[in-house]
Amino acid sequence: MADITALEAHFQNTIDQEIKIEPKDWMPDAYRKTLIRQISQHAHSEIVGMLPEGNWITRAPSLRRKVALLAKVQDEAGHGLYLYSACETLGVERNELVEQLHDGRAKYSSIFNYPTLTWADIGVIGWLVDGAAIMNQVPLCRCSYGPYARAMVRVCKEESFHQRQGYEILLTLSKGTEAQRRMLQDAVNRWWWPSLMMFGPNDADSPHTAQSMKWKIKRFTNDELRQKFVDVCVDQAKLLNVTLPDPDLKWNEERGHYDFGEINWDEFWQVVKGHGPCNKERIDTRRRAHEEGAWVREAAMAFAEKQARRRAEESSQVA
Amino acid sequence: MNHLLNYTLQIADNALILGHRLSEWCGHGPILEQDIALTNLSLDLVGQARSLYQYAAKVEGHGRTEDDMAYLRDEMDFKNVLLVEQKNGDFGRTIVRQFLFDAYHLPFYEALQRSHDETLAAIAEKSLKEVTYHLRYSSEWMIRLGDGTEESHRRVQTALDELWRYTAELFQPSATDEAMLAEGIGVDLGAVKSRWESTVAEILRVATLQQPDSNWMQNGGKAGRHTEHLGYILAEMQYLQRVHPGAEW
Repeated sequence: MADITALEAHFQNTIDQEIKIEPKDWMPDAYRKTLIRQISQHAHSEIVGMLPEGNWITRAPSLRRKVALLAKVQDEAGHGLYLYSACETLGVERNELVEQLHDGRAKYSSIFNYPTLTWADIGVIGWLVDGAAIMNQVPLCRCSYGPYARAMVRVCKEESFHQRQGYEILLTLSKGTEAQRRMLQDAVNRWWWPSLMMFGPNDADSPHTAQSMKWKIKRFTNDELRQKFVDVCVDQAKLLNVTLPDPDLKWNEERGHYDFGEINWDEFWQVVKGHGPCNKERIDTRRRAHEEGAWVREAAMAFAEKQARRRAEESSQVA
Repeated sequence: MNHLLNYTLQIADNALILGHRLSEWCGHGPILEQDIALTNLSLDLVGQARSLYQYAAKVEGHGRTEDDMAYLRDEMDFKNVLLVEQKNGDFGRTIVRQFLFDAYHLPFYEALQRSHDETLAAIAEKSLKEVTYHLRYSSEWMIRLGDGTEESHRRVQTALDELWRYTAELFQPSATDEAMLAEGIGVDLGAVKSRWESTVAEILRVATLQQPDSNWMQNGGKAGRHTEHLGYILAEMQYLQRVHPGAEW
């Protein structure tokens, strides 16, 4: 018991000194569990997040946009890959994590349970969804767990590129035809509130925040990040000539921040529980891809085994 | 008829339609790594199509753009071979389609590098690096699936039997192919064919697959007579450009 206390003290001391925790270091079980949950959720979000945007690849309105969107969705697959790898350093296999996603034990970002209905959604996802993700993720580059922090450096670089790309789609729409501007405003109306929900429950309702901050997994609270996001978006919305769908949104001189309206937490929890517009489609699609790919994975494994056997036979003949 | 324009479009349409088909996989691959790989192939091919359409637009000289070429031509104007517009099916079928085309695409670009048309030669040279990788990728998967499990063998053999009828068209010269060959711009498809035959025979042998009989061949793509699939591809791909004429995206 005394040993554990000493280990925990050493562990916390390492974190307080801003030294990274590495896979082979001792860590409390709860720290490991929290990280596995968070990193795998993050990885799943990247993979499920491919679907709403992938929905528009075959309908992208120009070759340049098509290539950019393909590359973006592919980047997300790449993020998923290195986040799964970061998670594997904590002692869980990717297969096991994917199983947890498919059977509903693991969560992913609820934002991807909303549908992409027009081309403007692709721009708005870049601007607001990737924008909110960046707010959340930039501090993670300094996360106390080394492999996660390093993965996040790469992820953030690519995400900020995606965000600019998304915003540029919207700028083009904002200067376009009436139909295009209508598409743009409609997409902003649908995505604004779900984007604010991406920062999670209010601090008062976020029981894990204090511990995560002590472990330096988290650096800012949900509400701090949400506020920062709102402040940044207001000016960007003006440039696009769109209205953010919140009558309570106004500058508060005293706070030096924008005030904004109450989030519909019922909707938030409904979607988290699986009752959003696309929860079922998203998971069904992932499951189907996995199940329909089973014979491919089996064939690849069978072939690799055959090859190994053949090599072994050849070398025994040589000997 | 402007043969150089037609010829460039033939090459471009093959790349775009196959690239489009592959892009349908994005997010749905059997393994995350293969999802990424198929998207790479798609990106390469759409990239090749863009260079070729830009050149086609220049050759035509009517001020049209790469997007006009891709989004505002009708079904009968598309000159791609029937093979590339066939549905993805399962991963095995996609691999077979890819392999049959890659085995043609590689020697085609190799020869096109020596074209008297400098732009086509330059595009071929750049594309060749990509296509060399494509053929390696699809060949490896042909072998893996052919010589993998009973099920994977059965699936690729079936796909091979079904897609085989679209292979002869690759080597059937159109009037444009003949005119361009005569001018030293186009490629000798007879020579490409013998390269294709030996690649295919070799990979099928290693993959333990049977080469299908060649007595029932389909063609028409180069002349704009397609299978029913192309109409759906274009309906989906061109929809925004068609609904909002003249809009910038």
